[in-house]
Amino acid sequence: MGRNRKTLLRKFHQARWDEQIIFEMSVPGERGILVPQAEEAVTAEVGDGISAIPESLRRKKPAALPEVGQMRVLRHFMRLSQETMGADVTIDIGEGTCTMKYSPKVQEHLAARHPGITELHPMQDPRTLQGILEMYYQVEQFLKEVSGMDFFSLQPSSGSQGVYANASIVRAYHEARGDRNRTEVITTIFSHPVDAAAPGTAGYKVITLMPGENGYPDLGALKAALSERTAGIFITNPEDTGIYNSNIDEYVKAAHAVGALCSYDQANANGLLGIARARETGFDLCHFNIHKTFSAPHGSFGPGMGAIGVTAELEKFLPAPRVKFNGKRYYLDYDYPDSIGRVRLFLGNAPLALKAYAWIMQHGADGLREAAEVSVLNNNYLEKKVREIPGVVVKYAEGKRRLEQVRYSWEKLMEDTGVGTDAVEKRMADYGVQHYFQSHHPHVVPEPFTLEPCESYSKDDIDEFAAILRQISKEAYENPELVNNAPYNLPIHNIWMPAIVEEEKIATTWRMYKKLKGIE
Amino acid sequence: MKDRKIVYPYIPNSVGEIKEQMLKEVGAQEVMELYAEIPEHLRFKGRMKMPEPILDECSIRRHVDGLLRKNANCCDHLNFLGAGCAQHYVPAVCDEINGRGEFLTAYSSIFWADHGKWQAWFEYVSLMAELLDMDYLSLPTYDGAQAAATSLRMARGINGRTEVLLPASMHPQIQAVVRNYLKGVPDPALKIGLIDYDRTSGLLDLEDLRAKISDRTAAVLIENPSYFGIIEAQAEEIGRIARERGAEFIVYADPISLGVLAPPAHYGATIACGDLHPLGIHMQCGGGQSGFIATGFDMDHAMQFKDIVVGIQETVEDGEYGFGVVFPHKLSYFTREEGNEFTGTNTGLWAITAAVYLSLMGPKGMEEIGRTIMQRSQYAAKKLGEIDGVRVLFSASFFKEFVVNFDETGRKVEKINRKLLKAGVFGGLDLSKDFPALGQSALYCVTEIMTKDDIDHLVEAVKKAVK
Repeated sequence: MGRNRKTLLRKFHQARWDEQIIFEMSVPGERGILVPQAEEAVTAEVGDGISAIPESLRRKKPAALPEVGQMRVLRHFMRLSQETMGADVTIDIGEGTCTMKYSPKVQEHLAARHPGITELHPMQDPRTLQGILEMYYQVEQFLKEVSGMDFFSLQPSSGSQGVYANASIVRAYHEARGDRNRTEVITTIFSHPVDAAAPGTAGYKVITLMPGENGYPDLGALKAALSERTAGIFITNPEDTGIYNSNIDEYVKAAHAVGALCSYDQANANGLLGIARARETGFDLCHFNIHKTFSAPHGSFGPGMGAIGVTAELEKFLPAPRVKFNGKRYYLDYDYPDSIGRVRLFLGNAPLALKAYAWIMQHGADGLREAAEVSVLNNNYLEKKVREIPGVVVKYAEGKRRLEQVRYSWEKLMEDTGVGTDAVEKRMADYGVQHYFQSHHPHVVPEPFTLEPCESYSKDDIDEFAAILRQISKEAYENPELVNNAPYNLPIHNIWMPAIVEEEKIATTWRMYKKLKGIE
Repeated sequence: MKDRKIVYPYIPNSVGEIKEQMLKEVGAQEVMELYAEIPEHLRFKGRMKMPEPILDECSIRRHVDGLLRKNANCCDHLNFLGAGCAQHYVPAVCDEINGRGEFLTAYSSIFWADHGKWQAWFEYVSLMAELLDMDYLSLPTYDGAQAAATSLRMARGINGRTEVLLPASMHPQIQAVVRNYLKGVPDPALKIGLIDYDRTSGLLDLEDLRAKISDRTAAVLIENPSYFGIIEAQAEEIGRIARERGAEFIVYADPISLGVLAPPAHYGATIACGDLHPLGIHMQCGGGQSGFIATGFDMDHAMQFKDIVVGIQETVEDGEYGFGVVFPHKLSYFTREEGNEFTGTNTGLWAITAAVYLSLMGPKGMEEIGRTIMQRSQYAAKKLGEIDGVRVLFSASFFKEFVVNFDETGRKVEKINRKLLKAGVFGGLDLSKDFPALGQSALYCVTEIMTKDDIDHLVEAVKKAVK
């Protein structure tokens, strides 16, 4: 039958398997896999092996894991995968701030199946890791071009750990200067929560600036917050609203004027590749999310990779070891006495470095710029369509262009129909697209939703996505209950209260649940 | 053909006509008009210096394959390196599920649309709960080192004390991460004390522990097995000493050992942590790490978790399972700097993979794999110890890893390992830099995948290398 040509809507129903919890599938005696047994000659030499374990440390009773044959285990997890909507099966424009970019399969096949990476030990002699080290080295060179920064480390396991590493570098920098009175970090409310939480974890008091008329704080507000106590500012630009702060260099100058460092959260860098860089705006540190801007998949919430970049002055504080090249060979340089130390075991997430490397190599300078330009064009195109939908409001910066994403609001829809963003979000998936991301907390924009089409989605995808939003708006005006009682076409029905805070209702494991419910 | 406009396969709207249509729709002549908010002086004027692109898939595959072939891998070499990243067998089903596009490309979608992902996460926690005999775990952290660091900060959050005690034999990289994470603890700072170990047995020095523990001690953390592979026979006593002084007892455990070793909770641990990596995840040059933290369910501990905790609950439909987030207000997503540390993209895919692994293994699989590892590693230690001048350093029993000393051969580990490499063997990790007191020693790791022939091959190669 195909998608409706006029409305662009399609009939959709996600797999619903009423799938048991794996423990419910257990049949005593079944095996999912057999494991290697020691040879007779080995047993003859050392006996059963486990007698060597001191009595008090021997496991007395086998772990009560389920006993399930292999095909049933496979089928179970296959079904769970079918009850999941990854970007490989849906139009994932809805995850604004996350850049749900297409991750080319050729990269995945290389990273996940090539023994030249899957079967590498991180402590092998570096002479046997030349391919990986070369990849790390090259990705660093590429990121230097993208950002204008002088040095990079790929050790952090995610953007947030990158922000944490940068907060550690800010601390190390001030400490090295004997400046121990800098106890505060300033961020903005539309920067990711980690820009507050990671400096907080690093021991800083956090000051959060609220938006002015343009969607970002007034320069005056920043100046009022800056003082000799300020260690650094941690901000995004464009912020999660998609609004670019045109005076960002003035903000950086003001922070520098009081001796603070400036750390640029570049999770929203996708629209800027080859167009604007941390260097020109004067930042001292920055980070990129390799699993967003550089195409590694999000993997059900990781693994990720955060690349951190710094100016030459801060190089000595970067996490060690660093990947170096002596003209002949790549090697690991541990000789960084001023380094913040480590934030991650080994070399970080090597397969993600591979994916970034391959993606950048497939695009080159012009291709990266094309990705940025098209992501911004796609976003402006989507914005035009979404603004035409009844009930949608866009706050701040009226008449100005946004870059790679927009934070929208259903405030008007809520006023008109009683249907808010929670309900629309759930209804989205009934039409076969990912739910959308609303906003980080607190919800400064009422009834928010944040869309980022990036460069991976076609005009046709964007049209379909906008058509779905338009349809749900129509439904809200005609029959709000229909939207409020969604979802209908998903593996499960609605959950009244997804936040579980009542102690007596908490079951974080199957055995706790069985106990709670009195199940045998 | 040089001026041909490229249509990038991953950028569908790089097609010229489509772009024209869209520009018209948004009221712009050219794309750069959309960048009006970036003032001229903040724009990058040059062209990024990058290699010419490799545009077609066939060629990029060949190019990357060429790079990966520059590495010597653990399929074409016999590998005896461990130190927190051991070479275990990865069942094919783990790879199959791990590679499913839905899981691979899912992100933060929640309970309704990503029901399967949440169920897999819940099952991960439930399976780990059986292995650990503890009921409260979050989604995994970045790696075991982060799990150890966060566990220590949790202890501080629980009792507000100002010192932690770690083994002097601790994994140097884990200790480095811990030091970094503890530096951020605000006034008063959290001090780190190191507990010595017995040079003969390798076990922790209890006298030193008793001398150093005080009412200021927030936590005593041990690795079990230790970095040297030692099974800490005094673990119960260490736990008692810690708890009697009101400190948390944190045990960093190897999950693949728990089919044969008692779970930390059974000998008094209040917090267990470690790395999921042995549970069905490839080494990936260290990319397969993923940390777990577990406690019993009580409010003191539950309120300290920094990452998402999954709870099972009903939906509006009778009898239907759904999932939710337990105590979301403890996460920085909701309360920014007021949250417990920071939350972000973690290692959700590895949680699902570990769930598949534990489901396949079942109770018998975990028990048998533990036994095989015990037997094969003991066999390797015995045979290596029989070589002239080579001895296994510590007398206590071990799991998977053990320290081999080469002092009496007069050879340096570095040299021996180079010779082994020529024989196709990655020898044990050189400990001489991090632990100079151990002389020329190496940490050898033997898992279930090394056959008797493999071990015999190693022994012959070492014999030649030390001559």
